[in-house]
Amino acid sequence: MKCHHCDKQATVHLTQILNGQMHKMDLCESCAQAKGVTNPENLSISNLMDKVELEVDTSGTSMVCESCGTTHQEFKKGGRLGCEACYHVFRPVLDPLLDGMHAGTKHMGKVPAGSESRIQFEQSVGDLKKKLQVAVEKEDFEEAASLRDQLRDLQNESQATAS
Amino acid sequence: MFHKILSRESGGKKTPKAIPVTLSTRIRLARNLRQFPFPGRAEVSQKRAVLSKCIDALSGIKGLDKSISVEVDDLSELDRQILVEQHLISPELSQVEEGSGIVLTEDRSCCIMINEEDHLRIQVLRPGLDFSSVWKHVDELDSGIESAINYAYDGELGFLTACPTNLGTGMRASVMMHLPGLVMSKNMDKVINAVNQLGIAVRGLFGEGSDANGSIFQISNQQTLGESESAIIDRLNSTLDNLVRQENFAREKLLQDDHTRLIDKMSRAIGSLKTCHLIQSAEAMDLLSLIRLATDFGMMPEKFRGLADRMFIEVQPGHVQLSAGKAIDPNQRDELRAELLRNHFLRAPLLDHSSHS
Repeated sequence: MKCHHCDKQATVHLTQILNGQMHKMDLCESCAQAKGVTNPENLSISNLMDKVELEVDTSGTSMVCESCGTTHQEFKKGGRLGCEACYHVFRPVLDPLLDGMHAGTKHMGKVPAGSESRIQFEQSVGDLKKKLQVAVEKEDFEEAASLRDQLRDLQNESQATAS
Repeated sequence: MFHKILSRESGGKKTPKAIPVTLSTRIRLARNLRQFPFPGRAEVSQKRAVLSKCIDALSGIKGLDKSISVEVDDLSELDRQILVEQHLISPELSQVEEGSGIVLTEDRSCCIMINEEDHLRIQVLRPGLDFSSVWKHVDELDSGIESAINYAYDGELGFLTACPTNLGTGMRASVMMHLPGLVMSKNMDKVINAVNQLGIAVRGLFGEGSDANGSIFQISNQQTLGESESAIIDRLNSTLDNLVRQENFAREKLLQDDHTRLIDKMSRAIGSLKTCHLIQSAEAMDLLSLIRLATDFGMMPEKFRGLADRMFIEVQPGHVQLSAGKAIDPNQRDELRAELLRNHFLRAPLLDHSSHS
């Protein structure tokens, strides 16, 4: 394992929890000395990390939902998300919030029947597409044609029920 | 048509009898459609698309066959106010400019808000305390709607809502409670702090703080994620049982320790309601609260509990104007409100405290 700062062999291994996220860092003897790692009382992994890395990992200020344009600042100010995709984008900053807000962080309630079949449908489509790709690579065109028809039928069926 | 539904006396043929302490039960579910931004982030055209999609889908749902749908901007200022006073829509929805709507059943037991904070807010309400039937009703409606509409849902986070405080079940279960004993004994702040610790919120009748008019409070779950709907309702129910016990204890204690003052208050309330000529809604609420309390003590006939509940709503400014048939200024409202109350309490008997003296 190489040192985070130079290419020497790392002999000091640090783990620290920062803003709810675990950070690991490996350093060589001399870099560890130079950074003051020998005194674990005053040690902060954030001082050792590259600046860019820190911004991405902990601040979340650069986050923006591409789907609806909601920024992290707007969410912080108004407490509202803009669309379903926001839950994906802001998940890193949302998780600690949810933890303090609710009895748990995993949904234990009603599962909508239609959504279940939708998830099933998405899985079936994914499976068929994979099989189709394999068949094409193998040049098994008979199999590929059959898979393509199955895929088309499945998609037509779902469009008919959705509309 | 819409006006007729709103001015009808009470919902349904089988209106349950009013019971002590608990006025009404409500459950609302927050739901959003897939692939549309939440209303707060949506353009008017997107809101319009969601509105028409929802109204189309809702029109075919079992349980909504006897309902009407309206757009909020087609409603007069007064109609909106009346809907808020009947707790059918939120004050926020009554203020929106464009692209929001309401689907209301004729018996007013169910009201769906479209494009409030979320695309859909499905609400079922019922007099008295009855979570099991209210949940069954709202769950059926929700499943019916979901068969026609794709909801924004995530396997791990549940139903996705504009505000993360509603995430998961999207469910807010609440009960309207009459707690004059706890208010008069100055225990309400303590109670609010204690139930807050249990993840239960307490608000006034229209969402205000602890000095609520008429000693009426809404008690509801704060947390929506990490527990099933039934676990949330069970927890709320056990808190409510406890609150009812505390309230009854406070009432008995007041009757023992401060007997004459309490009798005097309830007795004068009847007198004021029989003789008032000018009265504001806050004072009317407080008098009606004492009437409900006297009924619970058995010092007034049972029917006055139901009357008090009805009047809690009918003394509100919008409802007084509804009975006037036009918009009137606050002074005229106070006069007409007094006249309505006088008429209802004209034949009310004096307080019968013989069994408690």
